[in-house]
Amino acid sequence: MPDRPLSIVLAEDSLLLREGLASILDRAGHEVRDAVGDADTLLAVVRKNPPDLVITDVRMPPGHSDEGLRAAAAIRAGFPTIGILVLSQYVADAYLSSLLETTSGGIGYLLKDRVGHVTEFLASLDRVAEGGTVVDPEVVRQLLARRRDDGPLAALTPRELEVLALMAEGRVNASIAEQLVVSEAAVRKHVGNIFAKLELEDGLDRRVSAVLTYLRR
Amino acid sequence: MRGPDNVWAALATRRYLVSSWPWRSYAYLLSSIPVGLVTIVLLLLGITLSALLSPLIVGILMLTGFPLVGVVIGTVERWRVRVMVPGGISSPHATMPARMTLRERLRFRRREQGSLRALGYGVLLGTFGWIASAAFAGLSAAVIVVTLLAPVIATDDRLEMGPWSLDSTSEGVLFLVTFGPLWYVVSSYFLGCLAGAEAELAKAMLGPREDELRRNLAELRRSRLDLVDAFETERARIERHLHDGVQQRLVGLTMTLGLAELDLPDGEGKRLVVKAHSEAEAALADLREAVRGIHPRVLVDLGLEAAVREVADRSPLPVTVRMTLPTRLPPPIEAAAYFVISEALANVAKHAAATLCQVDGWIGGDRLIVTVSDNGVGGADPSAGTGLTGLVTRLDALGGTLDLSSPPGGPTRLRMECPCRLDD
Repeated sequence: MPDRPLSIVLAEDSLLLREGLASILDRAGHEVRDAVGDADTLLAVVRKNPPDLVITDVRMPPGHSDEGLRAAAAIRAGFPTIGILVLSQYVADAYLSSLLETTSGGIGYLLKDRVGHVTEFLASLDRVAEGGTVVDPEVVRQLLARRRDDGPLAALTPRELEVLALMAEGRVNASIAEQLVVSEAAVRKHVGNIFAKLELEDGLDRRVSAVLTYLRR
Repeated sequence: MRGPDNVWAALATRRYLVSSWPWRSYAYLLSSIPVGLVTIVLLLLGITLSALLSPLIVGILMLTGFPLVGVVIGTVERWRVRVMVPGGISSPHATMPARMTLRERLRFRRREQGSLRALGYGVLLGTFGWIASAAFAGLSAAVIVVTLLAPVIATDDRLEMGPWSLDSTSEGVLFLVTFGPLWYVVSSYFLGCLAGAEAELAKAMLGPREDELRRNLAELRRSRLDLVDAFETERARIERHLHDGVQQRLVGLTMTLGLAELDLPDGEGKRLVVKAHSEAEAALADLREAVRGIHPRVLVDLGLEAAVREVADRSPLPVTVRMTLPTRLPPPIEAAAYFVISEALANVAKHAAATLCQVDGWIGGDRLIVTVSDNGVGGADPSAGTGLTGLVTRLDALGGTLDLSSPPGGPTRLRMECPCRLDD
């Protein structure tokens, strides 16, 4: 059972996936208030009765292009406190940057495959509901593969970049330590160095701010 | 060594008399006799018949069919004229749209200007052409035959030649050697000119006019564009099918397997389910890669610039993208540019041993210009790879070009240019 049951609106045009997602969320004790198949209905139900969290597909009817993303942006503009988790069939940071342009409130961008890792998926969900940022490891891996000689990240060591990448996935220090097979103290030291090296925006959680720096560049 | 390719050029050379051209001229002129005769007989028969039948509607209907006779004449004559014009004359007829019934096809041809011109040519050939040919080529051939046979004829008979009369073999031989070459020279030049003139007439009346050439070119371009279009549509259809069908099912499968993992106690059964789960995920990852190769979603949703940045990000070497496109371009052009760039980047990563790569894209006038340059070893051979060849064909259909400059030692620079609009 989760810390607190969330009221969730689900937008996914494939009936198969909608049912699958709903049953996973149900099992976890969350309340799937509405499960809809297109972006317009999504906006309508959210406006009528705002949930804690919205889970939406990127590609949805009627145009089957990025309606889900646009709906997410509209929800973010109208209800900044609703957590938004976007599920995508593709790794495309072009979509990600448009999502991250609005920074308040929890935001998540995951590949649909992640839903199958039920425990991790539910943990990501909670993090987004709490206002955190969760980005798919695959996207992070791709961003990491990009070598850049400029920007604030140039000062970081490869290890620090690795830690930052795991932070971007939404992991806490303990989980990062486990992943990298180092002590939690070592992770804390790396995180401290990262905060020191990056010029972080004021008024934001330093962790989120560091991750955003990393993702935006 | 190849000889001159028309009779006029041949006439100007010193080798004319020993070339094949005098004989071609004979062949052309003599063959126009039967063709001209058949033509005029057919035409006269047709006219008579339709005149007789004109009280009935059939006769009038027959008259409207006359241009079709022109089509046949044109076909035969364009074939026959190859004796004089080795390259042949191209047909003025338009390609007919696919899926026409026979009736529609006949009507289409009947209404073409080229058919009427061919009919006119047939009338000329039937009334003057074959008579002139028969008169000059026939007479000349007869004189040559008689001259050649003079020694034989003169042996047994008397041969009256104007003021002379030949009545012995030696006189015949004398006539052959003195008069024969002279006649061959004079008649060859004369008949060459006559045959050349007839061929010119055929060229002028049976070949395509300027506007017909232009129209054919436009038709060709349109049909190639249609092909590119059909190709794109098919790609999009396959992509959508994979996305909405196979991919969704696989995702559904991983969800079910994920749920099963939660319920199963540790043991062999759970180990197998976990294994199945990771295999399903691997299949999904492969499928994602394939779908992107077929028709990248980002390209459709967000345009060329965003899609190119995605490819650049996936490249194993640092790629700088400088692209400024004020508007979205038509889908086939965006797709062609995208595939050129992704193919080029793949090639750079594979072969160039480069450490830096740069993609630039801008609109110059009414053209999209894209360059991909790297600091690698150069020496890229455009004919060696097959990847870019298909893209060249595609660009060609869009009116675009692809240039590769890759001197040994580098740098390599690929430049693509393509009109921004499809309709010109």
